[in-house]
Amino acid sequence: MRRVILTRADLAVLGVLGLLVVAVPVLNLLVPADGALHMSTFAVTLLGKYLCYAMLALAVDLVWGYCGILSLGHGAFFALGGYAMGMYLMRQIGDRGVYGNPLLPDFMVFLNWKELPWYWWGFSHFPFALVMVVAVPGLLALVFGWFAFRSRVTGVYLSIITQALTYALLLAFFRNEMGFGGNNGLTDYKELLGFNLQADGTRVALFVTTALLLALAYVGCRAVVTSRFGRIVVAIRDAEDRTRFLGYRVENFKLWIFVASAIVAGVAGALYVPQIGIINPGEFAPLTSIELVIWVAIGGRSTLYGALAGSALVNYAKTQFTSFMPEAWLFILGAMFVLGTLFLPYGIVGIGRREAK
Amino acid sequence: MNAAVASKGIVAPATTAVAAAPPATSGTAVVADETTRETTALDILHGSILYLEGITVSFDGFRALNDLDLYIERGELRCIIGPNGAGKSTMMDVVTGKTRPDAGKAFFDRSTDLLTMSEPEIAMSGIGRKFQKPTVFEQLPVLVNLELAMKADKGVWATLFARLSGEQRDRIDQVLHTIGLLECRDQRAGSLSHGQKQWLEIGMLLMQEPQLMLVDEPVAGMTHQETEKTAELLVSLAGERSVVVVEHDMEFVRSIARRVTVLHEGHVLTEGDMDTVQNDPRVIEVYLGA
Repeated sequence: MRRVILTRADLAVLGVLGLLVVAVPVLNLLVPADGALHMSTFAVTLLGKYLCYAMLALAVDLVWGYCGILSLGHGAFFALGGYAMGMYLMRQIGDRGVYGNPLLPDFMVFLNWKELPWYWWGFSHFPFALVMVVAVPGLLALVFGWFAFRSRVTGVYLSIITQALTYALLLAFFRNEMGFGGNNGLTDYKELLGFNLQADGTRVALFVTTALLLALAYVGCRAVVTSRFGRIVVAIRDAEDRTRFLGYRVENFKLWIFVASAIVAGVAGALYVPQIGIINPGEFAPLTSIELVIWVAIGGRSTLYGALAGSALVNYAKTQFTSFMPEAWLFILGAMFVLGTLFLPYGIVGIGRREAK
Repeated sequence: MNAAVASKGIVAPATTAVAAAPPATSGTAVVADETTRETTALDILHGSILYLEGITVSFDGFRALNDLDLYIERGELRCIIGPNGAGKSTMMDVVTGKTRPDAGKAFFDRSTDLLTMSEPEIAMSGIGRKFQKPTVFEQLPVLVNLELAMKADKGVWATLFARLSGEQRDRIDQVLHTIGLLECRDQRAGSLSHGQKQWLEIGMLLMQEPQLMLVDEPVAGMTHQETEKTAELLVSLAGERSVVVVEHDMEFVRSIARRVTVLHEGHVLTEGDMDTVQNDPRVIEVYLGA
């Protein structure tokens, strides 16, 4: 097996994640609540959310930055991973719901349903839910990609159908009859694997898991992009026809990187839901998917660490701005995107990088 | 005469050790049927590597290729000239699988039916193509450009775990030497000069170890010196493999060609050595008249 060579930037990313893994539990659990250095559980959850978004940005960079597939529907894979986890968490509620029905989640009781739909079967088992977290986004990407790439749909057309995909799912998940909680989504979770989701310890454990999985995803993505496969993917991005005439089945390469990316996005969604405590169809909104492309653009494409930096920066800015001038946020996001595109073609991680066009 | 039978008597020339085995085809006894014209048998006896017959391609009623017959022999260096719109690039598109003809036959290496294969399959069977506009992978180093072109397992799984062996590195260095880019091996391909990119693309063709190289306008935009170097390079490549060059630059064609084919309106106007072709009144009319 090939060894992955990590650059200084990669080690810096892993270093930051390692630091978070050690520091956050200490600051939250060991430093007394009235201590100056105490980190609130709210802050832990917020940081955890950023890390989930960072993992999603990583997935987008993999397909867009490296393979040139501008997916404007990656939020859909994130949301599907999230729903798979949400369904498990719903089943853990048991008879502690408002209606106290041991068999059905509250929203089904409310809809007067008598039995659990077949696609909810198995979700009371954690391993099954984990498989679904990977399989559902992966299979959707496989089927969608198989049709799209085989028919050689590229560029703007592909972006538009990915938008349509996520929009169609948005509309579908809004419907109560779908059996995913409709407009309200899935929420009011109690426990994960028997641990109380409101407890500080559980929150910290979820944060640490997220950080470790992000590190793993990062190294995995780095291994993929530095392999010959990764170079072929870049070749496809820059000169698709040329790559085909070298004897590569371009559609297969696009398909598998798309599937891999969808799975990373799905895992990010699954980590997001227990920390945030809700998943609803809003995650399928086309705007959400566009926003995460902006994270990557601002951070810097095809570097991987740029995606992480961009998502952290934009989301931090979002948290700040939406708290004191919420109506201005979209304008600020737009301005960041325009200015970034004009003045930082290689993103914030590309500042100072000089390169002949 | 049945061509498949005829081909049995011919020993495949040792182009490349690896490529000597005939590539897998659709399995059917492709080649010619009873209706095949006499020329087929004749050309197969001569060992043609590429065999196009009656190829017709129409785009919205416009016949880009019109009943085109073209035979390229093993080891030959053939130049194809013709005015704009004569069908030169379309001919290459047909051979490489980019365009499917409306009618006609296209065989490679006697038994491989090109019309049933996809672009990657054709490329893997031993036909390499250099585009008119130099297309190298600008963001990748020169070395990696050659690595990607290299004849190897090109499946998704294999490439995920592939590593360069020492032998393969030597092969890449050898090609770098041939195309004169040894010093640039770790440079990004995008930073090369126009002429160097053209050579790199020829180098990528070499890495594919093709039996047939299709080279579209290799000296467009080159300086005089670069043109000369390219001519030398192409001449040295023929023999071991067949090379088909499409070019506008007459002086360049004169300097390399032994045999020239003139295309006009999707059809072969004439064929022969450069002097014969240049003095052919029909060629003069096509280029200068009307």
